[in-house]
Amino acid sequence: MSADSPPLDPIFGRLTLDAFPIHEPILVATFAVVVLAGLSVAGALTYFRLWVPLWRDWITTVDHKRIGIMYIVLALIMLLRGFADAVMMRLQQAMAFNGSDGYLPAHHFDQIFTAHGVIMIFFVATPLIVGVMNFVIPLQIGARDVSFPYLNNLGFWLTAVAAILVNVSLFVGEFSQAGWVGEPPLSGLDASPGVGVDYYLWALQISGAGTLIGGINLLATIIKMRAPGMSFMRMPIFCWTSLCVNALIVLSFPFLTISITLLTLDRLIGTHFFTTDLGGNPMAYVNLVWVWGHPEVYILILPALGVFSEVVPVLCGKRLFGYTSMVYATVSITVIGFVVWLHHFFTMGSGASVNGFFGLMTALIAIPTGVKVYNWLFTMYRGRVRMETPMVWTVAFMFTFLLGGLSGVLCSIPALDFQLHNSLVLVAHFHNVAIGAIVFAMMAAIDFWFPKAFGFRLDPFWGRLSAYFWTGGFFVAFMPLYIAGVMGTTRRTRVFDDPSLQIWFIIAAIGSLLIFIGVLCFLIQIYVSIRNREALRDVTGDAWGNGRTLEWSTSSPPPDYNFAFTPVAHDVDAWANMKDHGYSRPLDGFNAVHMPRNTSVGIIVSVLTLIFSFAIVWYMWLVAAVSFGLMVLVSIGHTFNYNRSFHIPADQVARTEGERTRLLAQQG
Amino acid sequence: MTTTTTMTGVKDGTGAPVFHLTEEHDHDGGSTVIGFWMFLMSDVLLFAGLFAIYAWLGGHYAGGPSPSDLFRLPLVAANTAIMLLSSFTCGLGMLETGKGQAGAALKWFGVTALLGICFLYNQVTEYEHLQQAGATYQTSAFLSSFITLIITHSIHVIVGVVWVGVLALQVFQHGLIEANRRRVLCFSMFWNFLDITWVCVFVFVYLMGVLK
Amino acid sequence: MSHPPSCCGPVNRVRLVFTPEPTRNLVLRYLSRLLGYKSTRCFIVTFPFIERTVLKPHRIIALLPLVAILSACNAVVLHPSGDVAVQQRDLLLYAIELMSIVIVPVAFLTALFAWHYRASNTKARYEPHWHHSTKLEVVIWGVPVIIIGFLGVATWTTAHTLDPYHPITRIAPGQPVPPGTKPLKVEVVALDWKWLFIYPELGIATVNDLAAPVNQPIEFRITSSRVQNSFMIPAMAGQIYAMVGMETELHAVINQPGDYKGYSSRFSGAGFSGMHFVFHGMNNSDFDKWVADARASGAALDSASYLQLAVPSENEPVHRYASVDPQLYGKILDMCVEPGKMCLSTMRALDLKKGNGLCQPHVASN
Repeated sequence: MSADSPPLDPIFGRLTLDAFPIHEPILVATFAVVVLAGLSVAGALTYFRLWVPLWRDWITTVDHKRIGIMYIVLALIMLLRGFADAVMMRLQQAMAFNGSDGYLPAHHFDQIFTAHGVIMIFFVATPLIVGVMNFVIPLQIGARDVSFPYLNNLGFWLTAVAAILVNVSLFVGEFSQAGWVGEPPLSGLDASPGVGVDYYLWALQISGAGTLIGGINLLATIIKMRAPGMSFMRMPIFCWTSLCVNALIVLSFPFLTISITLLTLDRLIGTHFFTTDLGGNPMAYVNLVWVWGHPEVYILILPALGVFSEVVPVLCGKRLFGYTSMVYATVSITVIGFVVWLHHFFTMGSGASVNGFFGLMTALIAIPTGVKVYNWLFTMYRGRVRMETPMVWTVAFMFTFLLGGLSGVLCSIPALDFQLHNSLVLVAHFHNVAIGAIVFAMMAAIDFWFPKAFGFRLDPFWGRLSAYFWTGGFFVAFMPLYIAGVMGTTRRTRVFDDPSLQIWFIIAAIGSLLIFIGVLCFLIQIYVSIRNREALRDVTGDAWGNGRTLEWSTSSPPPDYNFAFTPVAHDVDAWANMKDHGYSRPLDGFNAVHMPRNTSVGIIVSVLTLIFSFAIVWYMWLVAAVSFGLMVLVSIGHTFNYNRSFHIPADQVARTEGERTRLLAQQG
Repeated sequence: MTTTTTMTGVKDGTGAPVFHLTEEHDHDGGSTVIGFWMFLMSDVLLFAGLFAIYAWLGGHYAGGPSPSDLFRLPLVAANTAIMLLSSFTCGLGMLETGKGQAGAALKWFGVTALLGICFLYNQVTEYEHLQQAGATYQTSAFLSSFITLIITHSIHVIVGVVWVGVLALQVFQHGLIEANRRRVLCFSMFWNFLDITWVCVFVFVYLMGVLK
Repeated sequence: MSHPPSCCGPVNRVRLVFTPEPTRNLVLRYLSRLLGYKSTRCFIVTFPFIERTVLKPHRIIALLPLVAILSACNAVVLHPSGDVAVQQRDLLLYAIELMSIVIVPVAFLTALFAWHYRASNTKARYEPHWHHSTKLEVVIWGVPVIIIGFLGVATWTTAHTLDPYHPITRIAPGQPVPPGTKPLKVEVVALDWKWLFIYPELGIATVNDLAAPVNQPIEFRITSSRVQNSFMIPAMAGQIYAMVGMETELHAVINQPGDYKGYSSRFSGAGFSGMHFVFHGMNNSDFDKWVADARASGAALDSASYLQLAVPSENEPVHRYASVDPQLYGKILDMCVEPGKMCLSTMRALDLKKGNGLCQPHVASN
C-alpha cells in the first residue's frame, strides 16, 4: 500500500455502490439472464434431487474422466461468453464508419477485446485441451487414473474460479482494457488505475496455478503410469504431444507467474519493475511474458495436432504414416518453441541480427509442422477415408492450417513484420490457427471421444452441418481481415475513418453470424443426440469400429477403474495389435481395484482462493487476510488425511464386467 | 500363470505375448517424488525469472543507493553459513529416517527448522537496516528486484519451517510409514533447493554486487 | 519519373536481391555436405529448372486471387509509395510464391486423397498396414527444409538490408542515395492520443500532420510520452515502436507525392482510434510552402506548452508551431520535461558511479 493512499474500509476496501453498473442496460439485462438461468438450474437440481449426486459424483470427484468432462463443459460455457464478445466487436467495427461512433464507447469496447482474448485463450482453449488430455491420456496409456487425483480436482476448480472471477468483473467493477497480455505501462497503475487490470492479473494468476498443477500431474502420469510394454516409442501420438505440452507448461508457466506477480506488486505496493520511472523497464515485462506466451501458443496447438493424429488413422482404417517422424517433429516444435518469443515484438527495434535470429528460428518451426501435414496426408493415401464428423473437421483443418501456416511464416520474417505486426493480417493469422486448428481439433476431439465418454455417438448430420458452418463462417469472417490488413488497418481500432474498409467489416460480421449458426448446430447436435441416444448407442466400446489405441479396448463409458485388468502393449497402436492377435476379453478372475477417494478439499480451497482474489482486487485487506489464512489451514489440514484411497471389491468389478458381457452378447 | 516383464513387453511361460496383467499392483504414491521434483524445477524457473529481472534491473539505482551502500557482507556470510549448516542437519535427519529412527530424525529436522528461524531473524534485521537507510522497494528498480528476490526466498524458508512442524506432528502420529518417508524425502529436496538458491543469491547478488 | 508500381513487375529483380550468387553457392555447398555429392549435382542441375519453370506458374497461380481482389481496393501494403515498403512488398510476394510450391500441391493432394480414397470407393487401393517409406520421408523432410532454407536466406538478409536503424542506401530501384545527401530529420513523440512531430533543423513542429519532400531520405527518431505506441506509415516503411524513455529510429523515403495514412498500430488506451495523422509526400516547392505555413502559425512549443499538449486528449485537430525549444525533444526522451524531475541520463550517470549513496534520492541535482 503506498503511503499516500487514503485509509480504506477493512471489509469493503475500495468497493462502493458505484462499482455496480446499474445504469448500463446491457449489463443489467445480462445479469438478469444469468441470475434467471442460475435460479432455474438450481431449481431443476432441487426438483430432480440432483444436489447430492452432483456433489458426490462431480464436484468432489477425482476421476480423471469426470474432471476432463467438467473442463470441457466449462470451456464450452466460456466459449459462449467469448463468442458474444466477438460478435459485439464485429458489430461495432462494421458500424463505426462515416462519422458514426458505433454503439460501444471506448471504455466498453476496450474491455470487450481484452476479455475476448483472455477468455478464449485461458478459459476456452486451455480448458478444452486440458479437458481432452485429462479424459484421454490415462485411457490411452492403460492407466486407472492420473498420478495426483486430488491435484487434478484442485487444478480444475482453480481454473473454474478464475473463470468466475472474470465474469464477476462484468457485474462488479470493470475488466482490464489493456489487451490480453496486459503490457505495461498501459496496464500500470498510472494508465489503468481501476480494478480492471487487477481482475485480469488475479484471474490469470489463479488459472495459471491451476494449469501448472494440471501440467505437473499429467507429465508425471505419462512418465510413470504407462501400461507395461508401452515404451515411449509405442505411445499414441496424442500422448506424445501431451507429454511435450505438459513439459512446456511446467517450463513456461513459472514465467507467467513471475511476470504477472511483479506487475501485481507494481500496482499493489508500488515497486518499480515495469514502471517508466525510477529504473523500471516496461519492455522487461514484454520479454518475460512472451517467454511464457510463445510456448503457450504451442501448448494450445500441439494437442490439436495430436488429436488429428488419432482421428486420421482410425477414420482412414490405416496405421499412421511416419510415426517416428511425427514424434521427432513434435519434439522439435517443443524445443524450438522456446527460442522464438522475440518474434512477438520485432518492431521493438532490437537490431537486425537479433531479429534475424528469432525470425530464422520461427521459420524453422515450419519444417516439423509441414512434416506433420504430410504425415496426415499419406495416412489418407491408400486408406479408406470415412467422412464422419471428426474427419470433416480434420480435412477442413488441413486447408485452413495451410493458409494459417503461410500467413504465420510471412509474419515471422522481421522485414515483413514491420508491415504486418499489429495489423489485421496478424489478427487473421492467429484466428486462422486458433479456430482452424485448435477449435476444429477440439470439435473433432469432442465428436471423436464423445461415444467413449457417454456410450453413444453424436448425431452425424448436425455435426457435419456444424463443421460446414464453422468452416465457411471462418473463411467469410477472416479472409476480409487479411484484406483489411493489407489495406493498412490496425487491430483494436474502435472507429474507422476510411470508408472503403467498411464492406470488409460487414462481410466479417456476416462471417461471425455463420460461425454462430455453426455453434447453434453443435448445441442442437448435442440435444438431438441425447434424444436419439438409444439409436446412436455403442456397446462395443470401439465406437468407430477400428479404434487403434487402448481407450477403445474398454467399455463406453469406461468403468470407474477404466480397465478390469491392466493392459500390456506390444506395439504402437496397442489395441489394433491386440485385435490382430485375436485377443479376447477375460470373463473371470477379477481382482479388487485400488482407487483414489473423492475429496472436497479442492473446491473448498478454490472457493477460498476466489474470495481472497476478489478481496485483493478491491483492497479488502481483512477479508483477504482471513481467506488466505483459511486457505493455508485447509491445505495443511488436508495433509493430515492419510485415508485417500479405497478398493473396489472384486465382486463389484465382476458385476460391472458381467453386465458388459451381457450387453455385448445381446448385441450379438 | 507366470509372466515375465521385460523392456519390450510381457510374455507368459511359453513366450507368447500377454495382453493383460492378471495381478493387481498398488501404485499409490509412486509418482510423488517425480511430481515434487517437477514442482521444484518449476520453482527453479521462478527464481530464474527473478534472477533474470535482477540482472536486467539490478543496476538501475535511480539516483538512490547501490549495493555497496547497503550490503553488509559479514551478516550475509553468516546467514549463508547458517543455511549450509541447516542443509547438513537436514541430511543427518535423512540418514536417521533411512535407519527408521523417527525420534532422532525429528531432532535433526527440528535443528534444521531452528537454523531456518535464525536465518529468518537475520533477514528481518537486514530488512530493518534497509528501511532505516531509507531504501525500500519503492526507491528504485534495483531495490524492487533485490527485495523481491530475497523475500521470495524467505517465504520459501517460512514454508519450510512450517513444513517441519507439520511433518513432526505427522511422524509423531503415524511413525515413519511409507507415506511419511516420501514426505520427508520431499522436504529434504525442498530444503536443499532453498540452500542452493540462497548460495546463488549470495554469489550473484551480494558478492558480485559488492565487487562491481 | 514516378510510375505506378505493379504487383508482378519487380519480382524477378527481387529474386536476384534475396538469393545473391555467393549466398546461393554457400547454401548449395552446405547442402552438398549434407546430401552427398550425387544428390547435390542433381540438385544443382534441377535448381535453375525449378527457378525457371516451377516458380513462375506458381507465382501466377498464387497471386491471381490476391491481385484480383486487391487491385480493386487500395491495398496499401501491396501498392506502397516508398522504396522501403516496395521492398517489403516484393519480399512478401517472394515468400508467398516460395511457400506456394509446397502449399498448393498439398492442398490439391488433400482434396484428391479425401475424394479418391473415400470409403465408398472400393476400387481404390487399400493398404492398412503401410505406414513407412524412407523415400517419402526424405521428401517430406527435404522439401520443407529446402524451402525454409531459401526463405531463411531471405529472412536473414532482409533483416539487415531493411533494418529500420540502417540509413537507406537507395531512393528507388537502381537509384542510390547521392553521396553527401543529408537526411531530413524528424523527431516523433507519441502523446496520449496524438502525434507530435518536431523538425529540429527547420525549427518547427506539428501535431497530427507530417510532411516530407519526395525522394528525400528521412530519419525519424521516435519516442513516447506516457504509454507505448507504434509509429506506422504503411505506404512508406511500416512501423516501429514508440516507447517511453527509449528512442527508436526509422530510415525511409517516400517516392510519390500524395497523402498517406499514418497511425499508431499499438493499442494505447481510450483515444487510440483517433490517433492518426496524414503524411504528405510533397515536391520541394510544396514542402517549402508547408514549412512556411507552419512558421506563420506563430505558436511556440516549449516545456510549458508541451506539458499542456501532453494532457490526454482525443481526436486532436492538426496544429502547428512556428518555433520549438531545441532542448525539448531531448528532455522528453530524458523524461524530465517537468521541472525538478531527475533526468534519465543523470540517473544513468549516477548508476555508473554506483548510485547516489544514501543521500536523498529522486532529487534533481541541477
